[in-house]
Amino acid sequence: MKIKLEDWKEQYRDEAVECMSTDEMHALQSEKLVKQVKNVYENSPFYTKKFNEMGLRPEDIKSIDDITKLPFTTKEDLRENYPFGMLAVPVDKISRVQGTSGTTGKLTLASYTEKDIDVWGECVARGLTMAGLNSTDRLHVCYGYGLFTGGLGLDFGARKLGAMAIPMSAGNTQRQLMCMEDFGATAFACTPSYAMYLAEAATEAGVVDRLQIKAGINGAEPWTEEMRAKIEDMLHINSFDIYGLCEITGPGVAIDCIHHAGLHVNVDHFYPEVLDPVTHEPVLDGTVGELVFTTLSKEGMPLIRYRTKDLTSITHEKCKCGRTLPRISKFVGRTDDMKVIRGVNVFPTQVEAALLSLGEDVTPNYLLIVDRENNLDVLTVQVEVDEKYFSDEIKKLEELKNRVSNVLKDTLGVSAKVQLVGPKTIKRSEGKATRVIDNRKL
Amino acid sequence: MDNTIKQLSIFVENREGQLDDVLKVLADNDVNIVAASLADTSDYGMLRLIVSDPEKGREALKNSGITAMLTDVIALRVPHTTGSLSKAIHGLVAGSINIEYMYAFANGSDAAAVLKSDDPEKAINILKATGFDVFNAKEAYESNIVK
Repeated sequence: MKIKLEDWKEQYRDEAVECMSTDEMHALQSEKLVKQVKNVYENSPFYTKKFNEMGLRPEDIKSIDDITKLPFTTKEDLRENYPFGMLAVPVDKISRVQGTSGTTGKLTLASYTEKDIDVWGECVARGLTMAGLNSTDRLHVCYGYGLFTGGLGLDFGARKLGAMAIPMSAGNTQRQLMCMEDFGATAFACTPSYAMYLAEAATEAGVVDRLQIKAGINGAEPWTEEMRAKIEDMLHINSFDIYGLCEITGPGVAIDCIHHAGLHVNVDHFYPEVLDPVTHEPVLDGTVGELVFTTLSKEGMPLIRYRTKDLTSITHEKCKCGRTLPRISKFVGRTDDMKVIRGVNVFPTQVEAALLSLGEDVTPNYLLIVDRENNLDVLTVQVEVDEKYFSDEIKKLEELKNRVSNVLKDTLGVSAKVQLVGPKTIKRSEGKATRVIDNRKL
Repeated sequence: MDNTIKQLSIFVENREGQLDDVLKVLADNDVNIVAASLADTSDYGMLRLIVSDPEKGREALKNSGITAMLTDVIALRVPHTTGSLSKAIHGLVAGSINIEYMYAFANGSDAAAVLKSDDPEKAINILKATGFDVFNAKEAYESNIVK
């Protein structure tokens, strides 16, 4: 059952922190940063070396305002120090590792102490509370369990909250729906693309009304407001966006509240900066840049100014929900996912928004294929025709194709070849959806 | 609708083996093809079939992940006489009926012209009034099967 905004009762997991005054938060962050900088300098050989090379002394960092004096950390640093070269504690102290399946060679590994897991669970629990859940709820988790942080992260959060976790992991949609119904799940967690797929499958099987789901925790990939509206409509739920990355902790770094006005960052643990992708200078609130995090509480693998490659903007204004936790906007994309096509920056999320603006006639399932023909970039967008719109008359399909083509041209500023494909033919992903295939050899 | 028949319309993506896959599903499910027309565009085709059991054909294709739908069409009986099709179409045009597409097949001693129009009911009335007949579903689906 979807709860309307006017009927929503906001609840806080940790009101003292989530609604803390700016000054108090500044003091808390400063204290934590000073301690963390000293810690990494003394205990992480990687940072000792880095600080020494820069001639930086831990004492130079006196408050959070000095953060810009600190060096950056990149994914390449993590790769070079794989698997345990970034630790600030002996490996014996590590009680868990998680990672991401890097598509380019080695995976990115993150190490956690018992306290790190505790903080992680707490941050997810804050998010689940923000999504209206409490200890009586049953959270069906269809993020993958394993090295990927999605499944276990949500699980840790449910445990902290005292809620029931249903550890389904990804895959086998029919079984997911059966368990969702049989166990009386009241919330589910998975990527937005899989949520869409589940919604389609539930609608087709006619089980939507038998489900007791009220909230979806749907993050881990960039998506749009239009997609949220569609998921909410199909399943009659409220859907919340959760963000995280294993290097920093996993899901729970940020989540959005019922006002959906950006994702609240748990800034008492993860200090965010938004920087100009080229100059690396901080940008003003509301301006898009690369998100950079410093882990203020991490013991196992603390990271200083870690470059996420995620593009977003930040606002420090107090939210209508009462929280002062700064908000990052829904992601524009990653510096990695962005494709430069004939000189124009194109993000898959723009395509998604454009398709959803066409209403019911196409589904938001799409695939971008970039080729280079005669030294010219050619963007092909495969779009699924909705079953309801599908027609035996070619002129109707061609008319739809032209509409898609026009809206894409308007949104992207670059023309794309539209290729209509049959309903449900674009491969659904049970984890993060593959939205772009780049065949260019640059 | 009375006197219209069900055409099986199939979206055929432009990739190797797709037509072969479609036909194999129908063959495996014992669905006989009476008539076929394949329209092509640069990136997909539209295969329009008159088959022995359109419902079964659609279900079998759906289960194989192939998009298909049933469309109401008219199977006009066209005697093998010069000018008969011309006369039939002339009547429809005079009655302001739009024809979206047409294809023909031999059906017993006559030919059948499959017509998709914007107003099939009116079209059938006009055809009957101008001395033409339409095949019913049973005749259209089965008449070409060799017993």
